[in-house]
Amino acid sequence: MPDVLVNGNARRVPDETTVAQLVLLVAGLSRGIAVAVNGEVLTRSAWPATVLSAGDEVEVLTAAQGG
Amino acid sequence: MVELTDRLVIAGEALSSRLILGTGGASSLAALEAAITASATAMVTVALRRVDAAAGQPGGLIDLIDRCGVRVLPNTAGCYTAAEAVKVAHLAREAFATNWVKLEVIGDDRTLLPDAVELVRAAEQLVDDGFVVLPYTTDDPVLARRLADLGCAAVMPAGAPIGSGLGITNPHHIRLIRQVVDVPVILDAGIGTASDAALAMELGCDAVLLATAVTRAQDPTAMAHAMRHAVTAGRLAAGAGRIPRRFHALASTPDEGRPDL
Repeated sequence: MPDVLVNGNARRVPDETTVAQLVLLVAGLSRGIAVAVNGEVLTRSAWPATVLSAGDEVEVLTAAQGG
Repeated sequence: MVELTDRLVIAGEALSSRLILGTGGASSLAALEAAITASATAMVTVALRRVDAAAGQPGGLIDLIDRCGVRVLPNTAGCYTAAEAVKVAHLAREAFATNWVKLEVIGDDRTLLPDAVELVRAAEQLVDDGFVVLPYTTDDPVLARRLADLGCAAVMPAGAPIGSGLGITNPHHIRLIRQVVDVPVILDAGIGTASDAALAMELGCDAVLLATAVTRAQDPTAMAHAMRHAVTAGRLAAGAGRIPRRFHALASTPDEGRPDL
């Protein structure tokens, strides 16, 4: 059960959790979502094959109001 | 009718409105939706933020934009370096499936004015990466030309600092920018009320981007409606050829045929 940092908060996830699974856990949907892992942009096509490791810093982002 | 045929074209895409609405500052998604509808805009900006910080349900804002049938223009608001802005643009492309980006690279948090050096660096990188780059820039005509020359699809000079409502503080520079670049000029930031938007168009701008002037107006829907007409009126006036300014009066009624009383 690795501990990862999701949007600045520590979170314990099951072993072998992929980014695609984490997105559904955190956001409940994948539409309109972008992900960076350890400061690097992760393309949508890479989500299912990217398995999280302990200490990974993940940003899960979505649309917000802004000019 | 000019407004039906005279379309704004950016990177080969025709837009049905010359008003671009920023979504920042709206009190609720319902208020935002009413403003978008009243403005008749064809494109709205959005920011990218952590899912747990964004207001409302994840996906709510995107659903709203889809419902309104408008194009989404992601911004890089809050970025201070080229590296950061480039990453945010790439993230936005993943999130919203668009390669269009409103490029903002801010120099300081007091004025929120662009950092010219970082802006040019980021624009070069994003043009190379295949983005349609719409940079928020200063009212410097030389910088605007540099941005256009390196491949930006439009230039978006500030009329005044973001959210200030001060209008267009250097109208002459805006007119100069229109003369020195071949891409659309979009007046971005500083608009306070409808007359500012009309002036931007009269100065030759191809479009106006505004957020706060509508979203923080006492009646955002009414102001969105006003902005829609201001942009159209300004565009029509710019094409109509205004009269020269005169020092003294020039009677519009002829003296000839005046009765002898």
